[in-house]
Amino acid sequence: MFTWWEKIVDKLVYETWALDSSTALGSAIHFFIYDTIKIFILLITIIFAVSFLRTYFNTEKVRVYLQGKSEFSGNILAALFGIITPFCSCSAIPLFLGFMQARIPVGITFSFLISAPLNNEIAIAMLFGLFGWKITAIYIGFGLLVAVFGGYFIGKIKSIEKYVLIPVTPIEGELEDIQIKLSLNQRVNEAWDYTKDIFKKIYLYVMIGVGIGAFIHGYIPAEFIAKYAGGDAWYAVPVAVLMGIPMYSNAAGVMPLVEVLTAKGMLLGSALAFMMAVTALSLPEAMILKRILDVKLIAIFFGIVGFGILLVGYMFNIIL
Amino acid sequence: MKIEILGTGCAKCKALETNAKEALAKIGGFHDVQKVEDIMEIMKYNVVSTPALVVEGVVKSTGKLLTVDEIIEILQTK
Repeated sequence: MFTWWEKIVDKLVYETWALDSSTALGSAIHFFIYDTIKIFILLITIIFAVSFLRTYFNTEKVRVYLQGKSEFSGNILAALFGIITPFCSCSAIPLFLGFMQARIPVGITFSFLISAPLNNEIAIAMLFGLFGWKITAIYIGFGLLVAVFGGYFIGKIKSIEKYVLIPVTPIEGELEDIQIKLSLNQRVNEAWDYTKDIFKKIYLYVMIGVGIGAFIHGYIPAEFIAKYAGGDAWYAVPVAVLMGIPMYSNAAGVMPLVEVLTAKGMLLGSALAFMMAVTALSLPEAMILKRILDVKLIAIFFGIVGFGILLVGYMFNIIL
Repeated sequence: MKIEILGTGCAKCKALETNAKEALAKIGGFHDVQKVEDIMEIMKYNVVSTPALVVEGVVKSTGKLLTVDEIIEILQTK
């Protein structure tokens, strides 16, 4: 897909600037220019496409769809909606209480709350740009599994409602959908504004991430990485998950590093576990939820999701 | 017009309030702007993603930080 771009960079770096492709400097500069622009193009395209699609969905609609769904199929639906619904962790509280109000089981709400940040548009665009569609599909697929089963098991906790600190009175009867009409033009504008906003926020992180990646790519030998970041040591996956938790806001900067680390010998399962931990185990979201949920339930939520991610990591280290 | 901004106090909610006031200043006239921060009150509007904009009791937008121009458009096409 990007061979045309690679040819241009080849020409620029190796011919116009006359850098040697076998030197560390040459390959690092080539890597930086090629990767940055490629990721920028993909980020803009994918974020625009996803946010355009999302103008057709909103959390209010999802609530109406999920109302009255039975437990397991509800978990699956909620996890799927997590991909296409616009979600900001800042509205986790109204979402949580609003779902309870509609008598949607807490476990199903958690399936949504796990899936939505995991499948955020930035992570998906970065993954697609760096690792290709296969790894992206694996990430989304197993992310969905974690969301479905994570939510399902949380829902199995006895009298889970007592962990919710604010009493919610359920609404009787069916909810009505809020009707907000938008023209195609408005949707395109909205998606475009959103894309610009996100891009402004993350482009610098992408460049820094790719920059460090380019340095590693050109200057640090593979044996060094394999020794410290990768390998098949049993603790590689849990360490990757723990390291991912505090990096929530920086998925854009972290992922280019992961690409280089995997290219240099870090196992793919550890890398996947790390990326899922970065997106799904979000400390800011936990802090917000703490205002309405008992800390115990948040700990269980993190525990179950973390455990699911560990399983995915180990599984891939074994099969791939 | 009666305009309500629903939001639990996140950054986007405050920004929406500022934008709404600016939009009203551009349109002119006398308007009643209220910020609804109580989550129980917000849920009465069937809104589960904040910030939301409510005009004369009708929900016009949810989960979005609207620009000043977008708000003006919403207020004028009622």
